[in-house]
Parts: sequence; structure tokens; C-alpha cells
Amino acid sequence: MHQQFATVFVFMLLGLAFLFVSQIASKLLRPKNPYAAKQQSYECGEEPEGSPWIQFNVRFYLIALFFIVFDVEIIFMLPWAVVFNEMLGTVGPLAFWEMFTFVCVLLVGLAYVWLKGDLDWVKTIIARDDDELVNRGLSRYSSGDKLGKPGLGASEYV
Amino acid sequence: MHETLSNLPLLSGLPAQVLVVLAMVSAGGIILGCIAVGGMFFIWSERKVAGYIQSRYGPMYVGGWHGVLQSLADGVKLLLKEDIWPEKADKPLWRMAPLLVFLGAFLSFVVLPFGPNFVGANLDIGLFYVMATSSLVVMGVISAGWGSNNKWALYGALRGAAQVISYEIPLGLALLPVVMSTGSLNLGTIIQAQAGWIHNWHLLNPLFFVSFWIYVISSLAEVNRVPFDLPETESELVSGYHTEYTGMKFAFFFLGEYADMFVVSAIGVTVFLGGWYSGIPALDVPALFPLIFILKSFFLVFVQIWLRWTLPRLRVDQLMYVCWKVFIPIALANLLLYGVIRTVLS
Repeated sequence: MHQQFATVFVFMLLGLAFLFVSQIASKLLRPKNPYAAKQQSYECGEEPEGSPWIQFNVRFYLIALFFIVFDVEIIFMLPWAVVFNEMLGTVGPLAFWEMFTFVCVLLVGLAYVWLKGDLDWVKTIIARDDDELVNRGLSRYSSGDKLGKPGLGASEYV
Repeated sequence: MHETLSNLPLLSGLPAQVLVVLAMVSAGGIILGCIAVGGMFFIWSERKVAGYIQSRYGPMYVGGWHGVLQSLADGVKLLLKEDIWPEKADKPLWRMAPLLVFLGAFLSFVVLPFGPNFVGANLDIGLFYVMATSSLVVMGVISAGWGSNNKWALYGALRGAAQVISYEIPLGLALLPVVMSTGSLNLGTIIQAQAGWIHNWHLLNPLFFVSFWIYVISSLAEVNRVPFDLPETESELVSGYHTEYTGMKFAFFFLGEYADMFVVSAIGVTVFLGGWYSGIPALDVPALFPLIFILKSFFLVFVQIWLRWTLPRLRVDQLMYVCWKVFIPIALANLLLYGVIRTVLS
């Protein structure tokens, strides 16, 4: 078994060697002519405007949080899945119903997040009047939630 | 493999430890060569398939027959290209990103079982290992986006990270019923459970059939292919997280992406499509195993290319809707249903 992991390690070293050798080969062959305009951040040919550390949608953080919960769940279930067959023989149906309970607890979490609307990427805003929409830079006919179904109000994109 | 090497007359006098290391290095060299050649082949075939789908020829000149050497010419071009680095980039992160993306794809190849004895490292946790190495790519994407110090790159990286981590969950859940059935994470053992006639393939088990489709669609999202190519979206984000890369660094991203396409296809073949078995016992001779495995994987790669030139791109909200509200509930229900059936039957 140790030898198998040693192979993985040797592969990693080989991969790194390949990366460095090809970078060095490229360094010896390629031209080098840097100047300030060339090294500007690319913004479609315009002068870069402001800082590139822009604000982005907070939902990216929420997705990362949900991911951790469910990924830990999968890691927890993998060893169980491997011994599932044996467990059915030794401890019987309990092997399954215990994991069933665990998954149900997690499903309650998923249902909670779902009902809170945190899985919706686009939040529908119920606007009082057209002025409020215009102030937010939106139109009454922007598409709403879920797969392009027209919303009641308007929606806000990333 | 080192037993084979010790039979060669030139190497017979060497001690066993040296032979073992030699075997590892040569296996790695072979796989590295296959990735480079295979990657170029996939890029060429993608351009040809794209051409024929759009009623044109694609590359026709370099290398004579149907432009077969076009990718090699492009590779040489990338090797000779000037390396332009953005002044404001976070240099260590920016330099590390293409290496991580390539290594993530390359390390997955170690466990791919091309035949019963034709595998780099026959790990008992093979499937788990592939899930882990494919997560390395996310780190590369995020460090590329953050290190480039560019708005397009940052948007692309955030979308890429959100997409890849989200789709990892249905992907993992889709593989679990098969693991429960075979009782092993070893890729070779999973294939051996599908020996014999074609009806033994996991694809043809009704519950695994659902898993297979969830796996195929989620794996498209994992490798950022259309219709899930939001991290790149050349029409809105220029080129996404690799906007600021040129020359060899760009080549590593490109090669890594195509190597990853092969990895997810090969895992799909291993887990659901009978791996190295042809489905007809008479054809299952060891000499044909690698060929069958590679042909099946190429077919899934072809499907990915085909979809790219057929489907339009999803929006971010549709992407998240499909993952969290469709795939995860279906995959969990499928898993529980499989468990209930097994428990009741036992």
C-alpha cells in the first residue's frame, strides 16, 4: 500500500518537473519586451478603472457555507457506503436506518434554507412604483425568479 | 510493472528498489506523454467536430491530412509566445494558479484503471482520491482570479468556484449508491463488479441510471464545459479567470482543462459503463482492455464536445437552481431509495 502512495508522490514530482522544464524552455525561447502599457490590467483596451477588488454578490459566501455542510456529509457517508454490504449482514437493517436518520436531519436543513429563499440566486423585489425600479436601474419587465418565468416585480442580477 | 522491467536484459542486474522507482518514473512518463498527445488530439477533434456541426471544415492545412498537426503548431506557438504579466498581479498566486490546475488534472490520471494491471497506483480509496484531486483545480481557479488583479478574472473565478463546489455535491451523491453496491472505492473493484454481459453494467440498473445522468451533467459543470461555461463566458467576461495569462501559462490551463475532460469521462466509464469490459464476454481478452476503456472514454469526451456546439449557456441563477433544487434532492432521494430497497430485500 505504501508503494501505491509512493507512486502518487513520484507522479506529483514528475508533473512538477514537467511544468518547470517547459516553463524554463519557454523562457529561453520567447522574446521579452515588457513596457508599462503592455503590463496594465486588461480591461478591453481602456485604462483600468478603479480597483479590481470589486464588490460581489454575498450569495457566493452563502453557497460556500452550504457546500461545507453537504460536503462533510458526503465525506461522512463514504466510509459507511463502503461497509454497507457487510453491515447489512452483521447488524441488519439498523445499518441503513441510522444513516437514514442522519440524512433526514440534513434534509430539514436543506428545507429550511430552501424556504428561507437562500437558494434563490435572484431575489424578487416587490416595487411600490415605477420610480423605485428606475432608481435601482431596473425595468418592470426584467425576468423574475426560476428559469425566465416573468416575475411580479423585477429582479436584481449579479 | 517493475517485474516486467526486471525481465529486460539491460536492467536485470539492478536492485529491486531501483527497478521499482524506475517503473514509477516510466509509468509517469508514459501518462505525461499521453496527456500531452491526447490533449492535442482533443483540441484538434473539438475544432473538427465544431467545424462539421457548423457546416465548415475546421483546420485543414497544417500537417497534411485534415490539419492533424494544427494543435502541435499551436503548442509550439504558445511555447514561443512572450510572457506578459500584469504589473498589479499578486505574483506568487498568479504564477501558482496554472500549476495547480494542471497538477489537479494530472494527479487524477494516476488511479485511472486502463486494465487490471495497467494502472499507475491501484489505490483502495481511488474514487475518493479523484474527488480530492479534482478539487485542487478550484484552488487554481480562485488563485488565478484573485492573483490576476483584474475584474473579469475575479468575476470568472468567483463564478467558477461557486459552480464547481456546488456541483461537487450531486456528483458525490450520485457515486454513493454504486459504492454501496460494490462495497469498495477501488476503481478496479468497481469495474470487476460489472464483468460479463452488458446487462451487468451499472448504467442498466434503474437507480444507477438516474445516478449516471446526474453524474454526467454535474461533471460537465465540474470541468466548466458548455452549458456550464460561466467561469469563462468569452462573450461577457472576455476569458474569465485566465484573462491575464499568455504563452505557456495559458497552455497549462488549456491542457489541464482537456485532461480533466478525459478524467471525468474515464470515471464515468469506470463507475457506470463497465470500464474495461466490452459487455460481450467473448471479446473480453486482456489485450483489448486498455483499448476498450479508452474508446469508451473518448466517446464520453465526444459527447461533451458535441454538447458544447449544440446547447446555449445557462444563466447563473439557472445554474444554481438546477444544482440545489433539482439535482441534490433527486440524488439524495435516489440514495435513500437504493438503501431502502437493499435493506428490505436483505
